[in-house]
Amino acid sequence: MNYPPGYRRAVPGTQPEYLHPTYVSSRKRAPAQPLIYLPHTLSEITGPVFAPETGNVKACDLTRQHSGEPLGERIIVSGRVLDEDGKPVRKTLVEVWQANAAGRYRHKVDQHQAPLDPNFSGHGYAMTDGEGHYRFITVRPGEYPWGNHHNAWRPAHVHFSLFGPAFATRLVTQMYFPGDPLLPFDPIYNCTADESARQRLISAFDWESTIPGHALGYKFDIILNGRDATPMEK
Amino acid sequence: MTLRATTSQTVGPFFGIGLERLNCAELAGPGVAGERVTIEGRVLDADGVGVPDAVIELWQANSHGKYAHPEDPQDKPVDAGFQGYGRIPTDEDGKFRFTTIKPGAVPGPDGKLQAPHIAVSVFMRGLLRRLVTRIYFPDEPGNAEDFALGLVEPGRRGTLVARLAPGLDGVLKWDVIMQGPGETVFFDC
Repeated sequence: MNYPPGYRRAVPGTQPEYLHPTYVSSRKRAPAQPLIYLPHTLSEITGPVFAPETGNVKACDLTRQHSGEPLGERIIVSGRVLDEDGKPVRKTLVEVWQANAAGRYRHKVDQHQAPLDPNFSGHGYAMTDGEGHYRFITVRPGEYPWGNHHNAWRPAHVHFSLFGPAFATRLVTQMYFPGDPLLPFDPIYNCTADESARQRLISAFDWESTIPGHALGYKFDIILNGRDATPMEK
Repeated sequence: MTLRATTSQTVGPFFGIGLERLNCAELAGPGVAGERVTIEGRVLDADGVGVPDAVIELWQANSHGKYAHPEDPQDKPVDAGFQGYGRIPTDEDGKFRFTTIKPGAVPGPDGKLQAPHIAVSVFMRGLLRRLVTRIYFPDEPGNAEDFALGLVEPGRRGTLVARLAPGLDGVLKWDVIMQGPGETVFFDC
C-alpha cells in the first residue's frame, strides 16, 4: 500500500527558535534538548477535520456579536490560506482572537487598566472557501503594555490559529499592521531570524477589500507547509 | 516551491478566548468502541512549576487504528462519532486531564505497525512555535518495536510513555516537562 507523501519542513531561519532570550517567558519553557526528527507517518499526514458551519455570520463578524456596536475603528481582515505551492487550502478552519480597541482582552488574566467593551468579545472563526479565502470584520486592536521588560508594549496584532489538512500543517501565528512603530522593539515579532519571514506577518492595507464609508481593508495571506513531491516509503 | 510557510508566533496568555469553543477533554462519546482510558498530568517549566497558560491538542486513530481523515487509505472501519481530536487547556496548577479510547495500531514508514499512540501538540505563552510529542501506553508489547520510540535514546523514551500510577485507580499519568531533568522528548515534525 502506498501512503500519501509527507509535508515539507521549515526553511532554516524562517521559523523561530524555541529559546529567544529577549522574550523572557521562553527561557524556562523552551526545551534544552534538540528536537528529534520524525519522518511523517499516517499519524502526521492526517489531522482533525471540522465540518463547515453554515449560516453563522456572527462568527466571522466580530462587530455583530452583541446588541451594540463595539468602540474603535472597524476593519476588514481578509486573505487566502495557501500551501507553499500556491494551492488554496480549502474548507479549513481559521480561529482568531484579539484585544479590543483599547488594548484589553476579555480574559480574566488581563488586568491592564484599559476598559473592556461590552460590545466586543474579541474572538471569531471562519472556514476558507473553495479558493482558500477567509474574511473577518472586526475592530483594529489596540497596543498594550506587558511585563517582558521596562516599557514593553505589544504592537497591535490579531492571533490566528489554523489546522490545515494535516497534523503536520498546524499553525498558530499573529498578524500585525503596516507601519506600526512598535514592531522594531517587539521580541515576539523579532524572534524569527529571516527578515522577509517576519515581514510576511505584517498585513497590507488593501483598497480592494475596503468598504467605502464603512471599514478599511487589510490583507493577510497565510501559507501552510507544502507537500513533499515523493510518496512516503511503504 | 514558490512560497514559504508563515512564521509561527506564540499563542500568548489569552488564547482561551479564541480557542475554548473547541475545547474537548472527552474524545469518545458513549457509543464509541474501544477501551476507555483517562490520562492526566501537568505541564511543568524548567523550575518544575506548573504552567497555567498552556494548551495541549490531541490527534489519534480509533480503536481499529483508522484515522477519521480522507487520506487514511486503510480498509478499516470508521467510528461515526469519533473524530480523534482533543484540546485541553491547563488549569492554574498546570494540570490537564482527558478521557478517550485507546487507539489501535497504525502503519509506520517501515511497513510495520506503530505501537498505539496519541499525537500531541503543545502550545503556551513563552513558546514561539508548537512542540510535538507523543503519548504511548504502558505494558504495550509493540512499544519495543515502535519506529518513533526507536529514534529516541533509551534513557529518554520513558517520557513518551504514560504510566499507571499507584492510587490513581487506573488513570494513566503523563507529564510534559519543558526543560531540565526528565525533559520530555519533542519531535521535529
